Parts: sequence; structure tokens; C-alpha cells
Amino acid sequence: MHPVIRTILQRLGLGLVTLFVVSLILFSSMEFLPGDFGEAILGQSALPETVAAFRKELGLDLPMHERYLDWLRGMLTGDMGNSFSGRASSGNDRSRAVTELIAPRLQNTLFLAAMAAIISVPLALFLGITAALYRNSIYDRMVNAMTLTTISFPEFFVAYLLILFLSSFTHLFPSLANIGSDVTFWERVYLSFLPALTLTLVIIAHMMRMTRAAIINLMATPYIEMAELKGLPKSEVILRHALPNAWAPIVTVIAFNLAYLVVGVVVVEVVFVYPGVGQLMVDAVTTRDVPVVQGCAMIFAATYILLNLFADIISIITNPRLLHPR
Amino acid sequence: MNNEDDMNQSSEAELADQGYSAAGEVGLLKARRTVSENIWRGLKSAPPSAIFGMAVISIYILIAIFARLLAPHGEAEIFPMSYAPWGGEFLFGTDQLGRDVLSRLIYGAQNTVGIAFVTTMLAFLIGGSLGIAAAINNNSWVDNLLSRSVDVLMAIPSLIFALILLSMFGATTINLILIIAVLDSTRVFRIARAVSLNVVVMDYVEAAKLRGEGLSWIMRREILPNIMPPLVAEFGLRFCFVFLTIAALSFLGVGIQPPTADWGSMVRETAGLIQFAEYDLTAAMTPMLPAAAIALLTVAVNFVVDWFLHKSSGLKDEQ
Amino acid sequence: MNNSPKGQKGDVLLEMRDIVIDGYSDDRWHEIIKGVDLVLKRGEVMGLIGESGAGKSTLGLASMGFAKPGCKINGGTIIFDGIDLMKASADEKRRLRGSRITYVAQSAAASFNPSHRLIDQTVESAVRHQVKPEKEARADARKLYRDLQLPNPDSIGDRYPHQVSGGQLQRVMTAMAMSPRPDLIIFDEPTTALDVTTQVEVLAAMRHVVEQYNTAAIYITHDLAVVAQMADVIKVLRYGETIEDADTRKMLASPEKEYTRSLWSVRSIEKEEEDSEDIILKVDQVDASYTGSVKVLDNVSMSVPRGNTVAVVGESGSGKSTAARAITGLLPPSKGQILFNGEPLPPRLKDRSIKQLQKIQMIYQMADTAMNPRQTIRDIIGRPLEFYLGLRGAKRDKRLLELMEMIELDESFIDRLPAELSGGQKQRICIARALAAEPDLIICDEVTSALDQIVQKGILQLLLRLQQELGLTYIFITHDIATVKAISDQIVVMLEGRVVEQGMKSEILSPPYPDYTKLLLSSVPEMDPDWLTGLLAEREKEKTIVP
Repeated sequence: MHPVIRTILQRLGLGLVTLFVVSLILFSSMEFLPGDFGEAILGQSALPETVAAFRKELGLDLPMHERYLDWLRGMLTGDMGNSFSGRASSGNDRSRAVTELIAPRLQNTLFLAAMAAIISVPLALFLGITAALYRNSIYDRMVNAMTLTTISFPEFFVAYLLILFLSSFTHLFPSLANIGSDVTFWERVYLSFLPALTLTLVIIAHMMRMTRAAIINLMATPYIEMAELKGLPKSEVILRHALPNAWAPIVTVIAFNLAYLVVGVVVVEVVFVYPGVGQLMVDAVTTRDVPVVQGCAMIFAATYILLNLFADIISIITNPRLLHPR
Repeated sequence: MNNEDDMNQSSEAELADQGYSAAGEVGLLKARRTVSENIWRGLKSAPPSAIFGMAVISIYILIAIFARLLAPHGEAEIFPMSYAPWGGEFLFGTDQLGRDVLSRLIYGAQNTVGIAFVTTMLAFLIGGSLGIAAAINNNSWVDNLLSRSVDVLMAIPSLIFALILLSMFGATTINLILIIAVLDSTRVFRIARAVSLNVVVMDYVEAAKLRGEGLSWIMRREILPNIMPPLVAEFGLRFCFVFLTIAALSFLGVGIQPPTADWGSMVRETAGLIQFAEYDLTAAMTPMLPAAAIALLTVAVNFVVDWFLHKSSGLKDEQ
Repeated sequence: MNNSPKGQKGDVLLEMRDIVIDGYSDDRWHEIIKGVDLVLKRGEVMGLIGESGAGKSTLGLASMGFAKPGCKINGGTIIFDGIDLMKASADEKRRLRGSRITYVAQSAAASFNPSHRLIDQTVESAVRHQVKPEKEARADARKLYRDLQLPNPDSIGDRYPHQVSGGQLQRVMTAMAMSPRPDLIIFDEPTTALDVTTQVEVLAAMRHVVEQYNTAAIYITHDLAVVAQMADVIKVLRYGETIEDADTRKMLASPEKEYTRSLWSVRSIEKEEEDSEDIILKVDQVDASYTGSVKVLDNVSMSVPRGNTVAVVGESGSGKSTAARAITGLLPPSKGQILFNGEPLPPRLKDRSIKQLQKIQMIYQMADTAMNPRQTIRDIIGRPLEFYLGLRGAKRDKRLLELMEMIELDESFIDRLPAELSGGQKQRICIARALAAEPDLIICDEVTSALDQIVQKGILQLLLRLQQELGLTYIFITHDIATVKAISDQIVVMLEGRVVEQGMKSEILSPPYPDYTKLLLSSVPEMDPDWLTGLLAEREKEKTIVP
């Protein structure tokens, strides 16, 4: 088998194993709830039968491995159970399916992430590459100082700064993202502008620094010096010699930062009360609404793993040693 | 050209033409300097950003240690007026419960910075020792087991993982410290192992093994002194990350719990005041104070680490 | 454009006068080249020799007007075919490089772009500088590959750098340098990293091509025998200054300066061989492997007599260092055993007693990596004294001083760090460290290979003296036949994990030779300028050229 295919399959396998382990960890989070959580959720006045019925619904009377398989099957088919909120002591069950809660919010989160990514990726690459090529110039040092400062800020600080200047003072943009189900595309863009801007600033800073480091590393290799000694003009050295070897590190940087987006989105959503998966998860953690936490976490973890897998695969297929084996 | 130069040139040429003797060899010798000389030279060549960083860090450390002496009021002391305006008895006003913001800011230094520091130390202890041990036993089952486990743990973003674990075990300060220390120790493991691997392949480590030295000697005396520069830099970076994560979690409400004064939760508690920017600017700035305190320390540490990395990689180029 | 007419052979091509080059290290500028003159005629090959640190590469690159990052050309004039390179613009210099002056680097593997095919990189400078149109350049490249004796010259260009061997890559790099038909090629230690048997092929190819196209060349190396084959004139550098300049034959026959003479004399040591019935170490039919499938040692046996030196010779991959690892316990044998003083040694390091570990010591090739850079000499030599002999405090210091005396260094060295010592001094410290344990057997793993030749002589003499005084036994691993002649009593020849031949030095080094030994011995360059020519003629006759 061609080494490239074999390596890709190995990576895919590793990704699946990781997802599996993640699922085990998430599953076990149910196990750590205190024994009387049934009463805590349903309320003090719940009857023992109601509590028993609740526990049966959660499958708590089954042995662990059966429960796990049920749960896993549910995850894969889209049934993530029902939220703990909305259950009353009377047994009245107005809880909603976790998937029902997540779906619209997932859309919102993806929209926000996409907005941030589309602006930040090209800009960050441009800044990073130019800073590396004009290393130690005034431009480089300025860009360096600015990005170093930005990555040191907590996301909520950046968010509140933007709110202060672009919302509270100037009323240009809303500080609360009230996205209902029937907003038009442009309304959505307007409402999401500030949160997207926050994310963009943070991501650009990280991505630009990593790109710069990767390009500097590349330009220091001996074959680049050889190209100079052959008298090639600088533009050709960069385009023909550096660039083909730059794909792998650059794609790794992009994928890594998109994965970082997954984390940054949580804080931003909370600050702007943006109806996304991040905010849902934080609320669920505070109320210990385990099924919702499991569902959200699964989505975040899967996205993160997939992005890293993608970066890995790009590195593999651009590696000439693997592409053209001896 | 004067005669002295001529003479020096020819005697140098003679020296160069002599035969060989062991002690007479002159290579490209590096002048030996004492530790304090090195530190002084380092400080002299530091860029303004690094000096600024070091000054800020020192101030924060002093505030954290002497919080009790510096704060005008108690950490959780409640006064009858909530949301008091800035000035007078309360330099930065009071928060939603009537506690003095300034005092809480000062105690916050002790709590937030202190907890972040302890967590980072713990992460380094765990991750560092495991990382070095894994490198020494490179490719053994121990190494593989640890590396694979770390790969899996790192496959889940830290903040999310922390949220999950906090929801499982409850959000207490001890849990916070342990969870973040364990999660962060994975990164420390990676870097400790990577830099140790560079050292482990050196012949002097093999020479120590051949001598019969034990694991602990090799770790402490052969490997650790040679990996200090990257580890010190990493300590700075990890501290920032831990610090920001704890602040974020507290901001989200699942980190350090009230009434402990902590900058992240202070931001959350007073966030509502931002809306009143047009009417009362200072009130709107209240949540920005703890946020700025977080940002300032992180910037300072990053500046210092950046300079440190620049210096130590520069040293490598010279040799 | 590159259409300047070529001058006559014998015209001055390159004239460098009073060159001063500074290098930046340890926070200040040092002089690397202190006022050197270099004059090269068209079609002439100059050998530039000197120890590492003498400034040869820096000088070679300066002939292109190029200074590595961290270096600065601070004085002097460089006139290349009438063009003043010190005054030329960056663009003018760029046009010269790759078209009229080309460079062959020491490490071919690092100098090729891993993403491009070999032939694309070979013709790149010629095409880019418009010396030839692309098609013609490619056809010419294939012809050069053939001239350089590369296998499959028509198709090898389609491969990627990682798909060909080191020696082949070095030759492709030569083709790349020849492709634009430059006036001057700078060869920077091109065969240093190659095995002795590969080196012969590469040298022959390079010389052939340089002669054929009447190219001038500067051949930088520290290997005297190699330079004798390639150069018309030789310049000796030391500490950034010229020691001597002369015609090759004249310099080999009658060198003027003391230093030059000492370079030549390294090969003059020869130990008188001894034998003994008392066997201190016996390796008995040992097999070993790393992963379980491929054997790195195959039925290896050797007997080491007490007080003697057994040289283990072979090229890279022969298994000589692996045998050392098996003896010290780092690589337990899968079959066979190792007997020390008649008793079998536990195969694994962990299972051996401290006494057993003490009696067998090892000295490494690279003294830089063999000592902990953060420990002083006192700690480095003192630790075995503490660990094995239990010496502390004043007793330890006394013994330390005795050891320093044995290695001919004075006590001022004791509190220094390794970085403050030169290569030869560092290796002496490693010898002292081994002696501190009071061993019976010392394994020397290529201990002189990384040292300059003049330093090598000193170390070898030291080792011989210590053997005499202390009755030590050495296993001396090396790939250099001159060293073998100098130091050994017995020789073991290894190839691909097997022992091909063993016996007394006098037996092995005289005919008749089995095939591999013959190949190995004959590939070692000698100080005779006609050696290469003679060897090639002989091989042609016998048709035993290995690709």
C-alpha cells in the first residue's frame, strides 16, 4: 500500500480511537452525580415513584456497559436524550430533546465561526508572511508587539472593549445579539458583527505569530541558502523554493487556530449572550444538566479532532518523502 | 604601518607556524562569566518591552504578597451602598453587594495570581517529571502509554474539558486547581519530553547510564540542568495560559466561587455597568479594571518570555 | 548575460588581496580571516586546507562576494575576471552567482529542495541565468550525470533528493554546479561525509569533469591525501592566516613551514605489533538486532588479548559501533555470549555489577556531546572517582591532579566548562574520565575521527603512552586505515554486521587480500598525487568498480 494511504488510515484510526475515549469520559460524567440527584432535579416534593421512573428512563437500573452501548447508539443516531431542565416533581415532563436544543444553536455558532474565519485567515496569513520576509524591520517589530499584546488579552476583555467603544458610546452596534429564528441574512450579520470581530482579533493575533514563526523556520533551511548561492532573485527563491514546502506548516497553523476558535467562541457567546452552542453548554454546566453538557461537549470535541486530523492529513500529502517513496 | 604592528604580525605568524602542543591549542574559546555577570549583561541588553514586563511582574508580586497591608477594606466586607460611584472612601466604587472594588482588586491579585501560580507549579511537577522520565525510557511501553494518553487528553480543547470535569466534580477551588493542573500538565509533558529527547541522545547521558547511575541522578543532574532555558520560557507561557483559563472559567461562573475576590468573577459581577457608559463613564469602567489587571499581567509575562526566548535562541546560533 | 569570452588558460581569474572577514559570536566581532591573499588562474585547481575554524569556507564563499549571516567582509579587494566584487551591486553579484561562480556544499542532502526533482534543480541556475535554453540544459544535465558516473543517467534526474544515496547526491550537486559551465567552482568539503569507497568514485568524477571543461576550482578540505589528488596548487590556512602557498608536488615533497610539515607527518606513527595468549574479552558468536527482524550483528566473534589494541575497521553500517554497544550491555545479544576475564557478562546493562561496569570504559567520537556542558571538568572527572572508588574531598582532588598530569593538561583546566576547551583538550578530558575508573578495557569509538589531523596525532600518542604505562587494553573502532596502522596490534574487518577478516596487523595489511579488505584498503587516499590516477587505471583493468 502506498505509504501516504497507510499513514492517512493510521491517522483516521487514531482519530476514531480518540473520539471513543472522549465518549467514555463524557459517559462517565453521569456516574459522578451524587446519588440523590434525581430528587435534586425533580424537586423535593417528588414522589418516590416519579424518581424511580426518572431513573429508569435514564437507564440507571441497567449495568454500565449496556448503558454505555445504548448511549453510544443514541449519540450516533442523533438521540442524545432529554435535558434535565423542564422536569417537574409532578412527573410532568416538559423537557426537550437535547438535539432539539442544540440544532438551531449549532447553526448560529457555525455562522459566527465562519464569519470570523473568513476575515481572519487571509489577513493573518498575509501579515504573518510579510512580517517573516521583512524580519526585524519596523513593520515586523510593530506587528509583533501588537499581536503579542492581543494574545495576552482574555477574550472577554477584548469583547468588553469593543462593546465600550462601538456600542455603549457610539451605539453603532448592539451589545446583545438577539438572533431570533426569523432574521434575514444581513440582519444576522449586523447582530453578529461585534462577537465576530472579537473572535477575529484574537485569532488573527495567534495565527499571524505562528505563520511568521513557520516561515522564518523555513527560510533558515540550507536549501534556501543554496538557492541564493545559485543567484536566484529573491522573489523566485520564495515562490519556487519556499512556498511548496510551506503548505504543511501553514495548514497546520490554520487548522490549529480554527480549533482554537472552538474554545474562544464559548466566552464570546456568553459576553454577547449570543444564542450558540457555547452559551448553552456553560448554562448546562452551571445547572449540571448532564445530557446537554454531554451533547455539546461531543460536538466540540468532534470538531476539534476533525480539524486536527485535517491538518495532519494535509501535512502528510504534501510531504515529498511520503509522496515519492524510495 | 608602524613597527610595533609589524612585530606583532610576525610574532603571530610565528605562533601560527609552531608545531603542536596540547595546552597550546587555542580554539574559539568562550570567555567564562559568572552568573551575576551574565544577569547584568542580560539586563543591559533588554529591550524596553522586557524591562516594562519585569517591572509590572514585580509590582504584581508585591501586591499579591502584601495584600492585607495594602487593601483599605476587607475582602468580603459589605457596605450599605451598592454600586457607589468612584471617589471618596471607595476609590473605584462598590460592587453589586456593596463591597469595595479597590480592596477586592488587591485581594484578587493574591487569589487569582496565587492560584494560577500554584496550578502552574503543580502542572510542571507532574508534566515535567513524567516528560523527562518518558524521554529517558524512550520507546518503552511506559513512554508509549504516556504519550498516547497525552495525545488523547490533548485532543479535547482545555476549556471544554475543564467545563466537563467541573460539571462532573463540582466547581470548588481545589477541584479547579487539580483539574487545570492535570489538563495543563499534558502540554508540559509534551515539551519536557521533546527537549529531554534532544538531551537524552547525547553521549554524556549514555556515559552516565554506562556508569550505572540511577534514574533519579540522570534526571536531576544530567538532563534537567540542560533543559532549563526552554522550560523556564514554557513556565511563563503556561502561567499565562492557566491564568487566562482560570479567569475565563471564573468569568463563566464555574471557576473561583464568591465571596473569594477574583478578577474573572469580578468582571462578571459588574459587567452590567458597561451599558451606562454615556451617563457615567467611570461606572462603566468598573468591570474593565479587573479585566485590565488580567490583561496587563499576561502582557508583561509574554514580553519577558518573548525576550528570553529571543536571547536563548540567539545563543544557539552563535555556537 | 553570460557571454563574456573565456580567456586563455593561465590568465589570472580570481585575485583576492588582503581579505579581512569578521564573524559575530559571543556578543562581539572577531576576525576570522586576517588579511589573506588568494590568486587563482583559469583552469587551475587550488586546494585550500586547514583545520576546522581556520576560515576556509568563509574564504571560499568570499570569492563570490558572499558572507554568511553573522559574517562581514571588512576589508581587501576581490577581483573576479576584472569585476570588483567589493564595489559591485547586489544585483551584479547575484548574476555572477550560479552562472560564472558556483558552489558545491558539504551536505548535499540539506542543500536540495525536498519538493523538487533533481533534474529541475540541476538546470535551474543555467536556465534562470539564460546560459542555455531549457531543453538543451536538460540534455546537457544528463550528459553530465553520465560523465559523473551516476547510475541510470537518463532517468536519475526524475527522482527526488531523498530517493538517492549520499554519494549520488553529491555527484548530482557537482552536475548542478557544472551545468552553467562556470569559470570557477568552489567545492566545500564535498567528500567529507562519504564513505571511503564512495569517495573514490566521487573524486574521480569531479576531477574528470573539472579537467574536461577547463574549469577553475577551489577545493576546500582538511584531508591532505584527498587534496593531493585534486589540486594543482595548495594553500595552507591556520587561524585565518596563510601559512604556505605552493605547487602540489613541491609542497608534498618539501614543505617549507614547520606547521605544514607537521600536517604531513601524522601518518608517520606506527606501533609495533604485539600478541598475547591472555584473552581479556571474548565475543563468542554474537547475534543482535534492534527490532527483532533485521540482524545488525551476525555471528560476530573476536578475541581481545590483554594489553593489546584491537582495531575494528569498517564503513558506516558495518556494525562496528553496534559491536561496542553489545559489549557494554546497551544492546543485549539475541544469541551468543560475551566473556570478560573468562566470566560471562550479563547481557543487559541493568544486570551488571558496578565492578563489572567499572572495568570496561568507553570514549566517544564527539567530545562535545560526551560531556555535560553544565558540569565543570572537576565534576566530570570527579564523578567516576566518587562513584567507583569512593574518593571524596582532598583525596579526590589529589587523584584528579594526577589524572590531569597523565593527560598533559595543567590544573588551571579543572574549573573550566567544556565549552571553554578546544577539541583535542576535550577529548583528553574524556580519556581522563575513562582512566579515573581504573578500567582494564577501554573502548575507543572513533575517538580521533572528529579531530583535525594534527590533533589526532597527539591523541594517538597519548593513548599509546598510557597503554604502555598502565597496561590498558583498547578496542579501537575506526574507519581510517592510517589510524589503524598507527595504533593497532590486531585488526578485525567488519562489513554489514559480519566479521569479514581478523588477524594480526601485519597479516591483514599485506597481500593477498580478500575482496572487501582489498576494496577498503585501496580506497584510502595516499599522499601521492598520482595515486588516484593509478588506482583508477588498475580498477579499470580489473573491472571491480562498485557503483
